[in-house]
Parts: sequence; C-alpha cells; structure tokens
Amino acid sequence: MIRVQREDFDTGAELQKLTAGNTQIGGVTCFVGVVRDMAGGSHIGAMTLEHYPGMTEKQLMAIEAEARRRWPLDATLIIHRYGRLDPGDRIVMCAAASSHREASFEACHFLIDYLKTKAPFWKLEDTEKGAKWVAAEARDNKAAARWLEK
Amino acid sequence: MKILYFAWLRARTGCAQEEVSPPADVTNVGALLEWLKQRSPGHKEALADLTVVRTAVNQEHVQLDHPLKAGDEVALFPPVTGG
Repeated sequence: MIRVQREDFDTGAELQKLTAGNTQIGGVTCFVGVVRDMAGGSHIGAMTLEHYPGMTEKQLMAIEAEARRRWPLDATLIIHRYGRLDPGDRIVMCAAASSHREASFEACHFLIDYLKTKAPFWKLEDTEKGAKWVAAEARDNKAAARWLEK
Repeated sequence: MKILYFAWLRARTGCAQEEVSPPADVTNVGALLEWLKQRSPGHKEALADLTVVRTAVNQEHVQLDHPLKAGDEVALFPPVTGG
C-alpha cells in the first residue's frame, strides 16, 4: 500500500495494521525518515515538501510493485508526507514484511533507495540565508544503483 | 500539450503550468525544451543548464530523445529530493 499525505502518521499503529492477521510473517523491517535541523553547515528552521500529484502515487506504486516482484513479501507500505515540516517531524516511512528477515531487510532498503531517486518530491528549506531548494546528492543515485539487476 | 513546472523551474519560469502548441518539427522532449527557451527570459534562464533538468511525459520519467505526441502531459523539474 502507498499513501501520500500532509498529516503525520503513527509508526507503531501502521506496523500493527500492516501485519495484522497474517501469521506467516516472520519479520518486518521499517525505515522512518525524519527532518534534520542541519544541512550543509546551515541551520534549518523548517522545510516545505512539494510533489507532483498523480505522478507521485504512480511512481510509489511502481516501486512497491518492483519490490514485491524481487522479494517474497507478505506486506509492504510506503507513506510519504508533503507540505510544511519542522525539524524532528517524520517525512517518510517504508516497511516490508516477509517470512524471512533477509527479504524484509533488503526490500525495505530498496524501497527507500528507489524512492529517493524516482518519487517526484522536492524540498525547499528555510535557512538562515533564506529559502533554498535542496540539491540532489550523487550518493543517492549511487545508493539506488546498487539495486540495478545484473 | 500541457507543460508543468516544479520547484525552482516554476519559480524561474513564473508559471506552474501552461498550454502550448509547438510547431511540427518539435518531435521530442529535447526539441521541446529548446523551443520553450524562447517563450520568455525566465524560461531561457530556467532551461539554461539541462544537466539539472529532469523530464516526465504522462507521469513517467523520460530522456530527452523521448518522442512527443499531441495531448501529452510534459513535466519539467529538478532532480528529485524526497525521502
């Protein structure tokens, strides 16, 4: 399942719902992304996340489907927020549940790595020097490239 | 054809979306970007460095050689920074 929303989410409640009623699941791996208060040496007050409604959902569903094609997963979840966020706020949650821990770890890692290079979100940070669009990092492309199928 | 602009591309072009009718020789995304540059000084500035511009057609990531057809939804945006 994927969700794009302005509101915060309850990580524990989401995990509970994800695995409820499926006793085949042996493990769940969950990644939660949180807003930092420092970036590139400057202090950040808050940030605003913009996205491309329609394409965002399409891309997240494609990433989820790709994870389920690659690993034997019982359940997957991606939640991504948009709008104004303060340091300490949750931005994103990815979770993958499987009978085996290896698959759940790898799939969760894949979900967040792919999301970071494919889902159309952009961060506008409030810094001491004014609002600044965050530049993409080469290391994110590298992280996603590790999952390219040989 | 509908063009959508996001993040600093919207700020520099001064529009979030516009309806355009490019000439018949604009057959792919790369040619479209060259043609869009002539629309205003803001467009020219926004599209000056195409190494930092990404494109999607009908909500799928595409490269500059991707062919275009009437009625396509074309989006221009910087490399994504979510997560």
